[in-house]
Amino acid sequence: MKQIILAIALLATMGARAQSSKYVAAMQHNLQLLDSAKTTEDLAAVSQAFERIGDAEKTQWLPYYYAGLAQTRIGFADPKSDRDAIGQKANELAAKGEAIEKNAELCTIHNMASTIQMLVNPMERFKTYGIKAYTYLQEGYKLDPNNPRLYFLDGASTFGKPEYIGGGKEKAKPLFVKAEELFKAEKPADLYPHWGLAETERYLAKCN
Amino acid sequence: MLNKILTTILFLLLTTVAFGQAQITGSVTDNKKQAIPGVSVAIKDTYDGATTDSTGHFRIRTTEKGTVTVVASATGYETSTQTITLAAQPIQVSFALKEKISELNAVTVTAGAFGGGMGKKGLTVLSSLDVQTTAGANADISRAVNNLPGAQQISNQEGLFVRGGDSYEAKQFIDGSLVNRPYYLSASNIPTRGRYPATLFKGFAFSTGGYSALYGQALSSVLIMETIDLPQQSEANAFISPIQNSLGIQRLAKNQQSSFGFNYQYTNTSLYYALVKQTPDYFIRPRFHNADANFRIKTKNGMIKYYTTFSYNKLGVRTFNIDTVDMKNALTLSNYNWFNALSWKENLGDGWKMSLSASYSITHDSISSQLQDAHNVPQYTFEKYWLDTVNFRLDRRESLVQGKAVIEKRFSNLNTIRFGGEYWYSQYDFQYNTISKHLPDQLSAGFAETELYFTNSLVATIGIRAEYSSILQKAKVAPRASLAYRMGKGSTISAAFGQFYQKPENTYLQVTSALDYTQATHYIINYQRQVRGTFLRVEAFYKKYEDLIKTVPSYNNSGSGYAKGIELYFRDKTSFKHLDYSISYSYLDTKRDYLNYPTALMPGIAANHTATASVKHFFTRIGTGASLTYTFATGRPYYAIIPDSTGKAYYIKDQGKTNGYQTLDLSIYHLTRMGKAAAIWYASATNLPGRTNIAGYNYSYDARVKQPILPPAQRTFFVGLILNWGIDRRQDAIDNL
Repeated sequence: MKQIILAIALLATMGARAQSSKYVAAMQHNLQLLDSAKTTEDLAAVSQAFERIGDAEKTQWLPYYYAGLAQTRIGFADPKSDRDAIGQKANELAAKGEAIEKNAELCTIHNMASTIQMLVNPMERFKTYGIKAYTYLQEGYKLDPNNPRLYFLDGASTFGKPEYIGGGKEKAKPLFVKAEELFKAEKPADLYPHWGLAETERYLAKCN
Repeated sequence: MLNKILTTILFLLLTTVAFGQAQITGSVTDNKKQAIPGVSVAIKDTYDGATTDSTGHFRIRTTEKGTVTVVASATGYETSTQTITLAAQPIQVSFALKEKISELNAVTVTAGAFGGGMGKKGLTVLSSLDVQTTAGANADISRAVNNLPGAQQISNQEGLFVRGGDSYEAKQFIDGSLVNRPYYLSASNIPTRGRYPATLFKGFAFSTGGYSALYGQALSSVLIMETIDLPQQSEANAFISPIQNSLGIQRLAKNQQSSFGFNYQYTNTSLYYALVKQTPDYFIRPRFHNADANFRIKTKNGMIKYYTTFSYNKLGVRTFNIDTVDMKNALTLSNYNWFNALSWKENLGDGWKMSLSASYSITHDSISSQLQDAHNVPQYTFEKYWLDTVNFRLDRRESLVQGKAVIEKRFSNLNTIRFGGEYWYSQYDFQYNTISKHLPDQLSAGFAETELYFTNSLVATIGIRAEYSSILQKAKVAPRASLAYRMGKGSTISAAFGQFYQKPENTYLQVTSALDYTQATHYIINYQRQVRGTFLRVEAFYKKYEDLIKTVPSYNNSGSGYAKGIELYFRDKTSFKHLDYSISYSYLDTKRDYLNYPTALMPGIAANHTATASVKHFFTRIGTGASLTYTFATGRPYYAIIPDSTGKAYYIKDQGKTNGYQTLDLSIYHLTRMGKAAAIWYASATNLPGRTNIAGYNYSYDARVKQPILPPAQRTFFVGLILNWGIDRRQDAIDNL
């Protein structure tokens, strides 16, 4: 319902704020493409579309954020992808966004990019990329201690780590609980990131 | 669903219907007219654009009008732009993208080198984790390197014996500085370990020939070790075992700009030797102390590193004297060694880079040998020289000061020039009974090298090195060249040529300094294929030795030799989950006429065939890893070379080949937690089947009696516990929830 009202409102103000409406419309269109993307090709195309919006707008960090997010989805989902190149691209996009505004959401992109690069060889790269990912989380917590996606990512990496190096279900659970609580309280502005609750609940189910 | 339709309508309204549209179609290819998929084609400063499909085609619908700039960009290619004027009819635009010459996808020379680039791209063949987890290596760097092709399995000596070369022909470098004595002092036929813990290093680049003009004074091989940069976090380590114990701390500064650390290690074999029977009679069981310290400071665009280590070892061992019925040789030896290396690497901007390194090292060996009777009572005064020479005292002190500077300029097309110089000031003091000798030497070298990229797939390196040694009073100029061509994705063919000079060892120079450099010329051709986690390497080489040291009839440089062979290496880390296996094989054909050889012979440090198969598996569920290594080498020749009746010429009185070398080694490690520490239990055993590996034979002075050289014990066992306390703030984050 909220979105319908918004769409009507947008239509109403279209004449006055054509540029901004164009931005919102393009973002929403691509967000839908992002949510429905199924293949690596789809994700790569939508990432490029977001990057074009970012390049044209010059003052919006969200397009770069989503361009980076699409890259990380390739990196996590496609085992055949060149994870070093994906991680590097996602980091570049996040850095472009940070040139406009530094925030916790962009830290999550850096975190995921480093995690993807760690996945190339977790045994060898845990000490480098693993700790880098951890450092980005800490930076994110500093910028926004109540960002639910940080807790979710923290939980997911703890969950994935074997118990003998300080990971495991038990250690991850409080992080997911906290994330869930924050997700439920979250009121994201339009176009702002809001993903993570469904994933958190899936993990929580596995923790119990 | 409803709002999906709404936003789509809105989008269409805003972008197409409202303003009408133009169309741009076309394709993107590379220089070779091959389609490039996944290229972003965009109209500059607008949202409009498209991604090329698998055939390189794209279609852009736009509401823009008039003249626009179309930009095609893709990772690994130079971005290309075209200006077009939009019209009612669709416009055709095609792009031919030039491959970007970049570090990420440019070819590098692989001939002779293992793990070059230090993991910058892809796979380092030997990481510090590999050294720790390879069965049989027992966390010793050289022993792990010995599993790579090109290195020989010489079970009775430490060191790297590369392609028919002796161990002194292989040099080791830490952060650019030569390591004068990388191993603890050993008694003959009882190999010892390297001084440096593998965990200190990022990785190892092992070159079996044809290496860069930046390195000299090594005829066969260089092992380049680079210490780690700043640690990711502060941590404390402990290692507990019946033989070896260590404690270390690394402290990372709060601003993450600097760190310091120190370690202390004590090794005492008493308990172990009491449990596992050793053939030699150790009257002083081997013990080792090692203390090291380091600091690292991040500079504006670089890093300063300092590493210092002090080590001491002592042992006393009795072996049966082969020239008598019941007498023994009693050998006592001790060594201390201090090594310091300081390095500074800085990016000066605009493609300029500088690396400075300086080091100081000193090592002191004290060796005394005694002839003893069956009751360990010293025996003196004989008229027999072969018994008299058993009683001696030897003191050796060696120090080295070195400085090296390398300046590099990299141009935007990756072409690089590198030049610099180095200076070594060494002193060697030697006292044998009452004879003493002092040998100072100043060795200076200058070098220059250029890397020329013709395309991303073709690179040539040309280098030259000039050296002058004050003790030899001679200068040499050594050319080096290599060429690499990438044949396809991940496969490279490369070739290398180089001339290498090395001054004779001090043991020869102490007799006479009227000697010249020894010389080797390398020709190498290499094929390498690296696709994701698999790595295949085939290399053929020919090495020509000239001016080797002959000790008969007098010390001179008339020796010569050759080595040729083919080597194979395959490693696969990804085909099977958590399974990492490798196979290495070397064929070596070598002969040399040096020292007291009466003619060109296959030296005792060479086997025709050497092979290693290694498999590592990690059982994630139980946090346990296992590694199994099987090593095989054919027999090595041995000779009894003795003087003839004139005493001027030597001849072969007896010769043969050993029974070869085979061993199956196992190591198991288990990861767990103990309190706040991450813990690793470690256990290993070598030579599981208990095969008797004969390393060669000892002869009596007249070569009438021979005795096999056997290891001190048939098998070795090792158990230990590694503890690591990472001072990690993760716990705080959880506690604050």
